[in-house]
Amino acid sequence: MPDNDERTLYRLQACPFCERVVRKLEGYDLDYNSRFVEPLHSERDAVKRVSGSRTVPVLVDPETGATLSESANIVRYLDTQYGNGGS
Amino acid sequence: MELDFNVTELPPHDAPEEGDEAPDFVRPLVNGEYWEETALSEVVPALVVFYPMNGSFPATYIWQEVRDRSWTDETTVVGVTVSTPYSHKRFLKEYGLDGEARMFADPSNAVAREYGVAHDLDGMRGVEEPRPAVFFVGESMSVEYAWVADEYPEFPPYDEVENALP
Repeated sequence: MPDNDERTLYRLQACPFCERVVRKLEGYDLDYNSRFVEPLHSERDAVKRVSGSRTVPVLVDPETGATLSESANIVRYLDTQYGNGGS
Repeated sequence: MELDFNVTELPPHDAPEEGDEAPDFVRPLVNGEYWEETALSEVVPALVVFYPMNGSFPATYIWQEVRDRSWTDETTVVGVTVSTPYSHKRFLKEYGLDGEARMFADPSNAVAREYGVAHDLDGMRGVEEPRPAVFFVGESMSVEYAWVADEYPEFPPYDEVENALP
């Protein structure tokens, strides 16, 4: 269970977009807590409450106050924020 | 229930007793919406209910009783069994425990083994599960109440458990 100041990744098991974000987080050696949700979109209200939509991945980063959806957005954010311009 | 034969006895167990320190563990903890790795020490004080796998009638009976007695209004209640997170999520919904109790998913049964309450299932080779066992674990991880099944099947002494709740 995360502290409130820990990064949280909402993810779906075996979702390639989620794994793409995981690779990036690991690449930058960033701590994060995983919250797994269900494949069915209708079962993802927890995701909708934080991001406004039911898509995963979603990254919540208390360090900056950012809540991001869509892996390309998240990767761009991580590159900018933690990657000194990206890799 | 009066039966004209003896119910099968379970072998002696090695569970923590009142006053012992409860072993800590980390497993996915499932609520009605998602699951995440959680340590027992993060959710105590809590009533920890080891139970046979989701789908077995003891699982159904035990959790219907927990629900009907509204223990989750009194304290944090967490279950532990070998079922997967997906199964736990459906189980919580099916029995109206969604938003009330939460379940640790322990498919390897290693937590039950650590607690000395593992049960090898006859006729289901390669499958084991916890025997029913109930512990109230205090904030400092001390076991404040302990009950472990000695027979197969046996159900928790619900009134006694209820009296042990804070």
